[in-house]
Amino acid sequence: MSIRERLSGNEAAAFAMKQINPDVVAAFPITPSTEIPQYFSSFVDNGQVDTEFVAVESEHSAMSACIGAEAAGGRAMTATSANGLSLMWEMIYIASSLRLPIVMSLVNRAVSGPLNIHNDHSDAMGVRDSGWIMLFSENNQEVYDNLIMAHRIAENKDVLLPLMVCQDGFITSHSIENIELIEDDKVKEFIGTYKPDHFLLNEKEPMAIGPLDLQAYLFEHKKQQADAMRNAKKVILDVAKDFEKMTGRKYGFFEEYKMEDAEVVIVCMNSTAGTTKATVDKLRKEGVKAGLLKIRVFRPFPTEEVANALKNAKAIAVLDKADSLNGAGGALFEDVVSSMYVSNIHVPTVDYVYGIGGRDTTMKEIESVYRDLLKIVETGDIQNPYRYLGVRGDK
Amino acid sequence: MDNLIEIRWHGRGGQGAKTASLLLADAAFNTGKYIQGFPEYGPERMGAPIVAYNRISDTPITIHSNIYEPDYVVVVDDTLLDCVDVTSGLKKDGAIVINSKKDNETLLKSLKGYEGSVYKIDARKISEEALGRYFPNTPMLAAIVKVTGIMSDEDFLNDMVGSFKHKFAKKPEVIDGNMNALRMALDQIEKVK
Repeated sequence: MSIRERLSGNEAAAFAMKQINPDVVAAFPITPSTEIPQYFSSFVDNGQVDTEFVAVESEHSAMSACIGAEAAGGRAMTATSANGLSLMWEMIYIASSLRLPIVMSLVNRAVSGPLNIHNDHSDAMGVRDSGWIMLFSENNQEVYDNLIMAHRIAENKDVLLPLMVCQDGFITSHSIENIELIEDDKVKEFIGTYKPDHFLLNEKEPMAIGPLDLQAYLFEHKKQQADAMRNAKKVILDVAKDFEKMTGRKYGFFEEYKMEDAEVVIVCMNSTAGTTKATVDKLRKEGVKAGLLKIRVFRPFPTEEVANALKNAKAIAVLDKADSLNGAGGALFEDVVSSMYVSNIHVPTVDYVYGIGGRDTTMKEIESVYRDLLKIVETGDIQNPYRYLGVRGDK
Repeated sequence: MDNLIEIRWHGRGGQGAKTASLLLADAAFNTGKYIQGFPEYGPERMGAPIVAYNRISDTPITIHSNIYEPDYVVVVDDTLLDCVDVTSGLKKDGAIVINSKKDNETLLKSLKGYEGSVYKIDARKISEEALGRYFPNTPMLAAIVKVTGIMSDEDFLNDMVGSFKHKFAKKPEVIDGNMNALRMALDQIEKVK
């Protein structure tokens, strides 16, 4: 029997970490992720976990400590947001290239500047090419479930990559909602013990980690990282199957909401997907064939599967909660469009940059996107594919 | 989202509007409901206007936006009536609950012709009598439970004993006072129109 509870997204993340009971947690507080190490440190203080909690002096050190702990053969976790992730930047790449399956909670927040503490995805999009697996979470339940699945994915011998679980700062991190928790012993059994093949504290196998890697080898090592990311797709689905057996909750690369006969489709990530579901329900009652494709696994990007899921749509809008400031579209838009193109699927698709710096996104706004898509279906005219939702001035 | 109730709280930083919204979420959760309780985070300072929200439903809630057309509004500090449009978007068949000792005529005038139900309660008086200090959020919590009718007085009081025991584990001496404040509020809330 699962445990019926009510927790915020941050509480859900901290609770998952308590059940995971990692060897090391190293973190530095930054809004809106601060509560995660705060709650976790009280679990340490109360003796509810036997984790070594390292209260570091910066996020660069937080990631460095996680790298050291994971390389030594332990399980390491951390949490951060926005500029905290920016300060980790150097070590983010080192963690993935050393193939260390560290798990991070990333509570998404706008990267400065000017200073903003609220939600968008500019922090996550900044590390999308860093070699981390990236899972996005609609609500506290998915934050919890993704974290429970994280180590099984990251530590798999065919993968060995770090993994971050993203959620929307404040919107879910600070909202109390219902959640179904799993019993401690079941989580423990599901995750298992971490037994790395190679680790620094193994006196029988002395080794160096992260030495000079020049023209002769770096390319091959990067190719191995890329292969590991491709391998992660199967592992993510395998772990999801086991998770479904334990909880009854089904996870894939994405969630398809009323997509069977959908003609106008929104693709988005995190909490906006929930607001979009409510909008789809409203429009369906009016006879509009609206659907939602909610991306859960953003890295690796499930290109063929996304293309296949979208092939019957008549018009698609991708919602990007970060502007790539590239004179073209946002990161999710580019991934979705290129996925369809290489699968020879050509559906009119437009991008909406939205929700920047915590700008609230309402059902009315989501509905206006579906109305725009209906117009595209009717006229066949895409007009400007690079659009904005909820901004003042020119759209 | 069947029987979805949406509530907006207006208070000032330090008065516990956020805590009250979380306690309301707790109480509704304990009756088997699906709930959301979340504040709108801004540049928070003691005394600055703040907003918090609740959604309460019989089925899972997926909407993740602020509430613009609430069924109910709670005003924890009546000085906000002069500077915040507290009835903005409030449904006509809804209600507003205000912590105030102003006379009814003055109170209604400041609501700019809001057509729905209006309730008032002197949370300062109750709090000072029951707790010896001014914590308006406890009486306001009882007031909104009464107005929404999301649970019976008895279920609410039974549930809150547990919540306060948890919340005030380190200062159990304030539990009785808080319970008294809830009882007095349930008793003293007045329908203005």
